[in-house]
Amino acid sequence: MKRAASILSRPQFALTLASVGVAVMPHLPHVPWLFSVPIVLMLIGRFIQRERTRARLPIWIKLPLIIVFPVLIAVHYGNIFGREPGSVLACAMLTLKLLETETRRDAHMAIAFSAFVLMSALLFDSSLLFTLALLAALGLLLAALRELEPRPAHAKVQTVRASAFEGLRASGLALFAAVPLALCVFFFFPRLGSPMWGAPTDGTAHTGLSDRMAPGSVQELLIDDSPAFRVAFHGDAPPRQNLYWRGPVLSFFDGTTWSRPEFRPSKSGNSDLRTSGGTISYQVTLEPSDQRWLLALDMPMTTPDNAVRGADMSLVRQAPIDTLTQYEVTSSIRYTLDADLNPRARSRMLELPEGVNPRARELATAWRRQFTDDNGVIRAALGLFHEKFFYTLNAPELTPRDTVDDFLFETQRGFCEHYASAFTFLMRAAGIPARVVTGYQGGFYNDVGDYWVVRQSDAHAWSEVWLESRGWVRVDPTAAVSPQRVDLGARAAAGASAPWYQADWLQSMRNQFDLVNRLWNGAIVQFNALRQQSLLTPFGVENADYGRLMSVLVACSTGLLALFAWWVLRAPRRNGDRLDAAYARLRAKLAKAGVPSADSDGPITLAERVRTRHPSDTSLADVFANYVRLRYAHTEPAEREIKRFAHAVASLRLITVSRAK
Amino acid sequence: MSDAVATRWSQALRFAEQRLPALTRLKKKETLPIRLDRRRIYVVPSRFGLLFSLILIVMLLGALNYNNNPAILLTCLLAAASYQSIFQSFRTLNGVQLVAIQAQPCHAGGALPLFLHFHIDTKSRRSLRLRVGDDETVFDLNPGSSGKIALEIPAPQRGWQSPGRIKLYSEYPFGLFHVWSWLNPDFNALVYPHLDENAPPLPQDSTQAHAQPVRGRGDELAMLREYRPSDPVRSIAWKASARHDALLVKEFEQFRGREILLSFAALRGLDYEARIARLARWVCMAESAQVRYALDLPHRRMESGLGPEHRHACLSELALMPGAAA
Repeated sequence: MKRAASILSRPQFALTLASVGVAVMPHLPHVPWLFSVPIVLMLIGRFIQRERTRARLPIWIKLPLIIVFPVLIAVHYGNIFGREPGSVLACAMLTLKLLETETRRDAHMAIAFSAFVLMSALLFDSSLLFTLALLAALGLLLAALRELEPRPAHAKVQTVRASAFEGLRASGLALFAAVPLALCVFFFFPRLGSPMWGAPTDGTAHTGLSDRMAPGSVQELLIDDSPAFRVAFHGDAPPRQNLYWRGPVLSFFDGTTWSRPEFRPSKSGNSDLRTSGGTISYQVTLEPSDQRWLLALDMPMTTPDNAVRGADMSLVRQAPIDTLTQYEVTSSIRYTLDADLNPRARSRMLELPEGVNPRARELATAWRRQFTDDNGVIRAALGLFHEKFFYTLNAPELTPRDTVDDFLFETQRGFCEHYASAFTFLMRAAGIPARVVTGYQGGFYNDVGDYWVVRQSDAHAWSEVWLESRGWVRVDPTAAVSPQRVDLGARAAAGASAPWYQADWLQSMRNQFDLVNRLWNGAIVQFNALRQQSLLTPFGVENADYGRLMSVLVACSTGLLALFAWWVLRAPRRNGDRLDAAYARLRAKLAKAGVPSADSDGPITLAERVRTRHPSDTSLADVFANYVRLRYAHTEPAEREIKRFAHAVASLRLITVSRAK
Repeated sequence: MSDAVATRWSQALRFAEQRLPALTRLKKKETLPIRLDRRRIYVVPSRFGLLFSLILIVMLLGALNYNNNPAILLTCLLAAASYQSIFQSFRTLNGVQLVAIQAQPCHAGGALPLFLHFHIDTKSRRSLRLRVGDDETVFDLNPGSSGKIALEIPAPQRGWQSPGRIKLYSEYPFGLFHVWSWLNPDFNALVYPHLDENAPPLPQDSTQAHAQPVRGRGDELAMLREYRPSDPVRSIAWKASARHDALLVKEFEQFRGREILLSFAALRGLDYEARIARLARWVCMAESAQVRYALDLPHRRMESGLGPEHRHACLSELALMPGAAA
């Protein structure tokens, strides 16, 4: 261990560089040019430099780089923590580490850190193919580690390709053998119900709903499984699909973001709620959210203490909710709100910024001309979504200016907020007063405690349109798009003039693959604490807790490891010499029969000993003679004869010999 | 302070020896061949293994925190593969046999060349590392080919020297686990005495050498050699010396034909070890000068002779004079 640090050989360095490269590469799509270009240049430059000399980078180059990168990242992102800047920083630091990697120890550090960087790439894209590619990249990391093991001094240094091939084969096998244990840990390692620290959502919407909705802001919320609130109904609960928990109502649109105008408490006459039966009372226990919203079902008829009800029927507390908060509400689920809309309010609900989304406006105007009543326009919009749109959480990014146009006519895939935003925009453009309502939809009924838990991932956005004589009516455009729907419409849209990449067979393959992707999403990506709890249901364990999961984890992995241990420890099979094995068996039999022998006793000595003990028995003498002939008269005895000898030994009955003694 | 720690440490080792004989270096000597099996192979995470597990924990926490299942899956796969490498590490040593050790003679103060013969029955092994003292060697083993590993250990003292405890270890395949086994083979190599560097030429006069009748060819010149301070002036070859940088001395055939006696008792004025070193040097000089020599030691007399066996016998006697290393 106190040996001089050994300088990496050419294949060792090449594999280390490849590991670093393969870890940095998946990050490049999301890293800005400002950083990705220098990182790639540094990797290439280091490769060329190392091919020529074995020198480390001088400190006067290294030190400025070490300082410049974090500073640039901090300037660019305004922060060096969080997912985006953190991953860029990690990539940069890993590359810098490679610049000074000359010894085995350096290479070990670089490869270990590569593993971390590789993992963090999955935080940006968790599609099936991407994940599989990264899992395969692990093989390269392990191959590099294997290559770092010292080689005999006289062994000739292999070519890079030969050592990479050999290493990948070995590490591929190791990874393959690790799959059962990995799956066992994956499924049974207890998951967190909620994140340990606030980083996951990058501060966009991490504590829950906000009073702004820009494309993508709810996305982070949808993967957060922590509970938002719990509800106990006094009486029967409405069906799950009717559970629309009202949060902030957003009625101002600036072209990209829906936001909430200055809050106005509801004064008398400001809003007009008429309930037509169907009131429902319940108690809500709200998790701390650091926001001021109180969630309520549909239209709250009562206002909890310390809260006020807005004209838009949202409940707002005076102080942010920083502790667990309980309140009672009575809601109306059959209601008429604002049967008359005063002109000022009406014009506010039709406001749209000038000049953005011209195509959407055009479409809305066309509908307006086509349909006489508002219902027709609404149906046309929902029909459009139902026909051509696709529900996905991995929505493509929209151009910042005409987000609605881009979504309606280009990407056509997204989740609730895209649909709510586009629908509301279309309605306003068609002259129908409309607004976006954000909140939660649904919930999970816990029959043991008889309550509903609503999670952050149940966050939802929908629309309300104002119709003559009916008042505000809820329309959920997301419901028009089946979440389960597989993208089948694209081919029909492409028509006869489909380019090669939309050929029939390719399209059907893509659809097939989409199914695989969906299965992947269902089985792996959406696996969470809840699903984990129900994992043991087939074995009669409902709602497995951490302790149960841990014991299953320990039991399964112990079993798997025991299997491996057995494989390793089983008696080594000497494939070379069956003759020796048969002779060893003979000796064992003799020892049992009272004629022990030492390793140093030759067969003739042993045969002599047997003869003196049992002069009458000549069959053994033949066996020994046979062995001596096979062992010493040939260099390579015939297979057939060895078999015969082994058989003769196996069929010997020496117990009678010992008894006779 | 460090002495106190060292004593504590060796006490702890001695205690551990009683509990786990194979774990510690204080294992008793074993006869060859030594076969490594699971009872004597030990595994701990290497320093890099500990660092790597730390990275894995950080990865797992990050992935769990983001509740990103593909990232968790990747971390689990890497963790499982690296953990299971413990078995491969173990298999690297399991079944390795040390079948024989050879040594080449050397003189005290030099390095003792050792050749260790390893053997395996089954699959080939990579990156085995052998450490004796500070000397470390990396080698591979293949079934069927001889694993002859050469190393050198310092030989400070004449007499029998054992290679001591040999550590056979490996961190193959990924450097995450350190598997090792201590070998303490029952083997001793003979180390010849130190050679006196300033020894005078071989004794020739009757006071030191046993007089022998001069044989045949009289004063014929046999060879020239470099001058040493105690050479008589009349033996200097002046003409030859003039052609060279150094003074040359004539050695005569008459001298070769003689037999000399190398006597321990005659070397008065030197201390015990210095006498042995002087005699060892003389044995070597006599051997290279092809002069028959006898050796007279306090407890034993070697009759006169010449040749490698005689030389070995004489040097062995000298090496094993009382006071030698055990």
